[in-house]
Amino acid sequence: MEHIEVSNVNAYFGAFKAISDISLGISQKHVTALIGPSGCGKSTFLRTLNRLHEVIPGARMEGTILLNGKDIYAPDRSPTEVRRTIGMVFQRPNPFPTMSIRDNVAAGLKLNGTRKRSELDEVVESSLRRAGLWDEVSGRLDAPAAGLSGGQQQRLCIARAIAVDPDVLLMDEPCSALDPISTLTIEQLMVELKDEYTVVVVTHNMQQAARVSDVTAFFNVEAQGQPGRLVEVGATGDIFTNPKDERTEAYITGRFG
Amino acid sequence: MTLASTPPDSKNGYRPAASGLGRLSNRRRATNGLACALLALSLILALLPLVAVLTYTVRRGAGAINFSFLTHSMKGIGPLDANGGAYHAVIGTLQQVGIAAILTIPLGLAVAIYIVEVGHGRLAATVRFFVDVMTGIPSVVAGLFIFTFWVVGLNQGFSGLAAGLALSILMLPIVVRSIEEMLRLVPDELREASYALGIPKWRTVVSIVLPSAASGITTGVVLAIARVTGETAPLLLTAFGYDAIRTSPLEGAQSSLPLYVFSQAGSSFDVAINRAWAAALTLIVIVLLLTALARLLSRRNRLVGN
Repeated sequence: MEHIEVSNVNAYFGAFKAISDISLGISQKHVTALIGPSGCGKSTFLRTLNRLHEVIPGARMEGTILLNGKDIYAPDRSPTEVRRTIGMVFQRPNPFPTMSIRDNVAAGLKLNGTRKRSELDEVVESSLRRAGLWDEVSGRLDAPAAGLSGGQQQRLCIARAIAVDPDVLLMDEPCSALDPISTLTIEQLMVELKDEYTVVVVTHNMQQAARVSDVTAFFNVEAQGQPGRLVEVGATGDIFTNPKDERTEAYITGRFG
Repeated sequence: MTLASTPPDSKNGYRPAASGLGRLSNRRRATNGLACALLALSLILALLPLVAVLTYTVRRGAGAINFSFLTHSMKGIGPLDANGGAYHAVIGTLQQVGIAAILTIPLGLAVAIYIVEVGHGRLAATVRFFVDVMTGIPSVVAGLFIFTFWVVGLNQGFSGLAAGLALSILMLPIVVRSIEEMLRLVPDELREASYALGIPKWRTVVSIVLPSAASGITTGVVLAIARVTGETAPLLLTAFGYDAIRTSPLEGAQSSLPLYVFSQAGSSFDVAINRAWAAALTLIVIVLLLTALARLLSRRNRLVGN
């Protein structure tokens, strides 16, 4: 059984259908990359995985998504509980600007009711170490998070996401706002993180998908206004060297997108 | 747009001049000079009334204000007596504005949070529309409403509380609109970051959105307070005015600084007119202190942040 089983997922913004009939299995403790041209719905799909799609007014989805065999959209399942199990890192680093570095990492636990200082300090340190940021910030945990560089802020966001101890980590183009050095750091981090987490990463950068992922899913959109569809999914090596679908081949060889 | 009017130097190509305007043609230099002069002129025109009112009030008020003025009421002061003060009016203003603030700030915060964070669709739009309509209520109408409904209708009589209620009606739309603007400035990315951590919506609003908007909210609220502090018309129908010190806002007519200025300035005797200027200066100082406080608070809130 796959860690996440997606069957027949459609997602809408009001009357507009953004993705159509996506079915996909996501393996535990692997990095799965979602690639495809702009507007193909890969970010929308990612956001259905942690029920963040539905917070947009007018947005809704159909289909089932099973995490460990249990439907995350079941009527008795609360979205907040689902999101605690499935963490997310966004395109642009978004640390909480009014909080210190320490409070940013502790935010998920603190605002969900953990109060014990010793426990929080422990989690802050282990999460920052895991995100490879501890050595850079250990001396200024109480400094504002906004003072960090973009790459550091993104690693802080990763630390914040893993501090609540999720099973899955979703990353929505986590490097697109970063310089090449920071991108490299984050990519190395993704590979390390799959020891503990199932990682799903949306990327525009095909080299990045080739470097970090074990499985690659190619999404495509026929034309503007059409819903995005899943064209092909397979082991990253196969997708990049021996794609089955000619659209995948056209995309990875740079003929469009 | 008009870059074409400067032909690039044929030898060196286009290079921005060190002095900024050094390489501009005479026509562009003249246009720039004219625009700068017009802007400076409009700045002076805009500042003129402000500076004139402030300097005149300070000049007239500073001569009349003293310790006794700030510590005595008008009880037993005849029309020609030079002593007498505005202590009772300061108490009245602080109490009435305080009541208005206590009633309005929580309510305004709740309405703004509803409009921006909770409500979608028709109801939120309706609430927003009525807040807009409330902005346009003339202040005397707010006073008349409280007079009819509270003072006469419910037979509560004139009081500082009635004045606070009338001021609250005027303050509510200002508070709602300013908080609403500030909440809209908080990027959705922060809300989503919070949801993605499994933090419930109410907690996100309380612990992420409100702190991010805190400095702007503080400024907006204090400016709303400052704005109603100078209201006169609604107080005529609610606090009514009173010569002696009344420390309880709950019973009986009460004075306030705007009412005091109004009654003293209407006199034909110099002693009363001097008192009016002194009270006007006191009112301006109170409002300036509030504004300074707002600046201070918002600066402290901004310390952690950018």
